[in-house]
Amino acid sequence: MILTAETVDAVKSIVNDKLISENVQTVLVIDGAGNILAHCGQDTDGLDAISLAALTAANFGATSQIAKLIGENDFSLLYHKGEKANIHFARLGGEMILVSIFGDDVSLGLVRVRVDEIAEDINKIFEQ
Amino acid sequence: MALIDLGKKEVHCKIVYYGAGRCGKTTNLLYIYNAMSDNDRGKMLTIDTKGDRTLFFDLLPLNLGKISGFDIRIQLYTVPGQVMYEATRKLVLKGVDGLVFVADPLKVRQERNIESLDDLRRNVADHGLDLKEMPLVLQYNKRDLCDTPVPTLTVAELEHDLNQEYKVPGFEAIATKGPGVFETLKEISKRTVNYVANKHLFSK
Ligand SMILES: Nc1nc2c(ncn2[C@@H]2O[C@H](COP(=O)(O)OP(=O)(O)OP(=O)(O)O)[C@@H](O)[C@H]2O)c(=O)[nH]1
Ligand SMILES: [Mg+2]
Repeated sequence: MILTAETVDAVKSIVNDKLISENVQTVLVIDGAGNILAHCGQDTDGLDAISLAALTAANFGATSQIAKLIGENDFSLLYHKGEKANIHFARLGGEMILVSIFGDDVSLGLVRVRVDEIAEDINKIFEQ
Repeated sequence: MALIDLGKKEVHCKIVYYGAGRCGKTTNLLYIYNAMSDNDRGKMLTIDTKGDRTLFFDLLPLNLGKISGFDIRIQLYTVPGQVMYEATRKLVLKGVDGLVFVADPLKVRQERNIESLDDLRRNVADHGLDLKEMPLVLQYNKRDLCDTPVPTLTVAELEHDLNQEYKVPGFEAIATKGPGVFETLKEISKRTVNYVANKHLFSK
């Protein structure tokens, strides 16, 4: 896949506008192989984005196998709640995954709605 | 699938170390990790390891310097070699750009090497790739065992079993001590970067 600066900037501007502005700490857009396509928001101290991306891609792969075992085509989103940090994963079109990390000051509902809103726009940008 | 970031001028490639259980894949990554400076290596990720057996995968990100103005970033992965982890191996191969097949010289593992290479060919085919067209090198690991009384295979026997079809470079190695480890890495990196550049940058 070839990424241009324009593509990355366009994606970042959507993410900043819809998620980072609402206090979501960090957003990563990654592909199915575990590459980071865009990294937005805080460079959270000590966040090992490369490992996070590799594990997310593998985890999504594993989860879609689980989905098939119970007769689902795929699970399009995953969410983990921690004590201070929460993480939300959503499949964009194709192989891409949007990862949002946020604290308790942000509601899950808002993240879901916003991710839904921007998923298609981000897809379109990458398709160009 | 490699990622070429024209904005940051970076090329990211994924290289997977494949091979039967206990052939020395994780040991290769550990040796590379310990031998490289902090500037050139990222964190090594080893997940779900039970004893020293890989259950999911290992990951080691490396910076290999610049080629034609692009920073070359390589991610080395290992798969779990044990037969039962078939599904996991397939997951790790997603988006692979280059492969190292590590062979075990123990005579008792002769069939396992052949089966594992077959399994690799099938799994890349399931991702729509042809192993014959891909960057691939072989590593004949654990050569130190050949000086011991344990029955081992000669390089000629391993070549005959594994490399008749592919005819790719094979490197003798002792992953625990280092010989052959960087020779293998250099050759596969070179082949992978060339392959990715030809496929994505110069094809239009
Ligand atoms: N003598 C000798 N032992 C080696 C060599 N390379 C690896 N080993 C040993 O072989 C054993 C298995 O090595 P690993 O690197 O864990 O094997 P692996 O291929 O990652 O195995 P799985 O994760 O189960 O697929 C370890 O005890 C290593 O120390 C070598 O060159 N010589
Ligand atoms: Mg291992």
